[in-house]
Amino acid sequence: MSEIFGVPIAALFGQLVLGLVNGCFYAMLSLGLAIIFGMLNIINFAHGAFYMMGAVFTWFLLNTWNIGWWWSLLLAPLAVGIFGIFVERVFLKRLYKVDPLYGLLLTFGLALVIEGLFRYKYGVSGLPYGIPEVFQGALNLGFMFLPKYRGIVVLATLVVCFTTWFVIERTQLGAYLRAGTENPPLVQAFGINVPVMITLTYAIGVALAGLAGVLAAPTLQVSPLMGSNLIIVVFAVVVIGGMGSILGSILTGLGLGLIEGLTKVFYSQASNTVVFMIMALVLLVRPAGLFGREK
Amino acid sequence: MSNRVLRLAGYGLLLVAGLLAPFAVYPVFLMNALCFALFACAFNLLLGYTGLLSFGHAAFFGTAAYITGYAAKVMGLSTGLAILAGVAASLLLGVVFGGLSIRRQGIYFSMITLALAQLVFFVYLQAPFTGGEDGLQAIPRGKLLWVISLEKDLTLYYVVFAIFLLGFLLIYRTIHSPFGQVLKAIRENEARAISLGYDVNKYKLMAFVLSAGLAGLAGSTNAIVFSFVTLTDVDWHTSGDVVLMTLLGGMGSIFGPVVGAFSIVTLESRLSDKVGSLVTVIIGAIFVICVLLFRRGIVGEIQGLYRRVVGNRA
Repeated sequence: MSEIFGVPIAALFGQLVLGLVNGCFYAMLSLGLAIIFGMLNIINFAHGAFYMMGAVFTWFLLNTWNIGWWWSLLLAPLAVGIFGIFVERVFLKRLYKVDPLYGLLLTFGLALVIEGLFRYKYGVSGLPYGIPEVFQGALNLGFMFLPKYRGIVVLATLVVCFTTWFVIERTQLGAYLRAGTENPPLVQAFGINVPVMITLTYAIGVALAGLAGVLAAPTLQVSPLMGSNLIIVVFAVVVIGGMGSILGSILTGLGLGLIEGLTKVFYSQASNTVVFMIMALVLLVRPAGLFGREK
Repeated sequence: MSNRVLRLAGYGLLLVAGLLAPFAVYPVFLMNALCFALFACAFNLLLGYTGLLSFGHAAFFGTAAYITGYAAKVMGLSTGLAILAGVAASLLLGVVFGGLSIRRQGIYFSMITLALAQLVFFVYLQAPFTGGEDGLQAIPRGKLLWVISLEKDLTLYYVVFAIFLLGFLLIYRTIHSPFGQVLKAIRENEARAISLGYDVNKYKLMAFVLSAGLAGLAGSTNAIVFSFVTLTDVDWHTSGDVVLMTLLGGMGSIFGPVVGAFSIVTLESRLSDKVGSLVTVIIGAIFVICVLLFRRGIVGEIQGLYRRVVGNRA
C-alpha cells in the first residue's frame, strides 16, 4: 500500500473525509450564526443547544414513535424552528434596544437550561443511532473506501449551504433580508413586516442547526453535551472567517474541518486545539478575519 | 449624619463581619466564597468598568491554580511564593490573551476569549503536569512566611481574608484613579476616548492584564484552600459562573460582584446535593431572569431604590 510521509494513503483520506464531515457541521452552524447575527445583532450562544436538540429529537422520534431518519430530516428542523420562534418572541425581542452583549448572556443562560434539562432526562452517555439502511456500507474509490453516509453528509451540506446562499443573494426574499440587515426602519417604511422577518430569520437560523443535528445523529455520538463543545469551536470558526460573507462562513467551516482532519493524522495531540491556534494566528495577521470587513 | 460617615460606618461593619464570620459559618465555605468574590471583582474591572465581556476568565483562574499547585507540591515552594508564581503565570497569560482579543470589539471579543480559554482547557487536559482528568491532588497548605502553619482552617481564613481585602482595595483604588476614569470613558464611548487622544488599546490591555492577574490571585488562593485543582477550574462553566456572579450582583458597582459571588456559591453548595445535575438549569434560569428583569443586578437595584426614596424625601 502506498504512503505519504509515512502515513498510508487510505488512512489519510479517511481522516480527511472525517474532517470534512466535521467541517460540514462547522459550516452549517456558523452559517446560521451569521444569518442570525446579521438580522438580530445577537450572537446565539444557544446554537449548540439547538443542534443537540435536533439530534436528540431524531433519536427520540425513532425510539418512541419508530419514525425514521428521512422523516426526521423534515420534522426535527421544524420542531427546532418552532421552538426558535417561541424563544425569539418570548425572550430575544425584549433585548433589541439594549447592548448586544445581553443577547449573548441570555442565550448562554438558555443554552445552560436546555442542556441541563436534556442531561437530566437522558444522562451524559451517548444515545446510539444507526445509519439509515440505504447509506450503509462504503464505496470503493480505488485509493480508499468512502463510507456512503459520510459522503451523503457532505453532499447534503453542500446542497443546504448553496440553497441558503441562493435564497439570500439571488431572490426577492433574500433582498428584503439583506435590506433589513442594513437598515430596518427604512425596510419597514416600505411596508415590509420587519418583526415577522426577524422572527423567521431566527427560526430558520436555528432550524439549520437542528438540521445539522439530524445529519450528525447517525455519524457522531448523540448526547446532551454534543452541542456545547461544538459551539465554542464554531465561535472560533466565525472569528476566523468573519460573519460578513455567507460563502466565507461556508468555506472557512469546511476548510477548518479539513485542517483538523489533517492534524489528526500528523500530530493528533493538537487536533483539539488546532482551530483555536489558527484563530490566534489569524487575529495577529488579519484581525478582521479572512472574509471580514473592518467596521 | 453625612453620607460619608454613613459609608465609613458601613465599611467598618463589613470588616468586623468579615473578621467574625468564621465563628458563625464553616470557614472553608467562606474561603471559597471569598476567592470567588475576588475572582468576580477582578472580572468586573473588565466588564463593569471597561465594558469588555470576557467569556474565558476561567483560563486565568485555573492557570494560576495549576501553577500554584505544581509549585507548592512538586517543586516544594513555600505557600507565598507558590501563589506569587501562579499570579505571575496568569499575568503572563493575560498579556498574550489580552493582546490577541482586544484586536476585535464587542461580541467578537467575547468569542475570542472563550475560544482561547478552551485552548487552555485542552492543553491542560493533555499536559502531564496537570494530572489530566484526575487533577492535582494533595497540595500542601504549607506555612505563611515559613513560620505560621496554615493547616488550621481559622488561620488560613484570615490569610484568605487579607488576600481578598488586598485585591479588593487594589481594584477600588484602580477604579477611583485617573486610569479608572479613562477605562470608564472607554466603556461609555470608545470612539470619543480615541478622539480625546487616549491610546485605547493600551488602556484596555492594562485593564485586561490587571484583571487576569487578580483572577489568578483568586485561583491560586482557592487551590491552597482546597488542596486540589481540577479541570473544572479552567472549564467554560467556571467562566460562565463568574459572569453570572457579576451580572447578578450588579456589574459596574464595587460590591456587586461580592454579593453575586456569595449568592451563587451559597446556592451551588446548598442545591448540589438536593437537585444534582439540575443546578445547571437553575444557574441558566437565573441568567435569563437577570438579563430580562434586572440588568442592574441586586446591588444596582438597591442603589436605585435607595436613591428614589432619598430623592423623594428631599
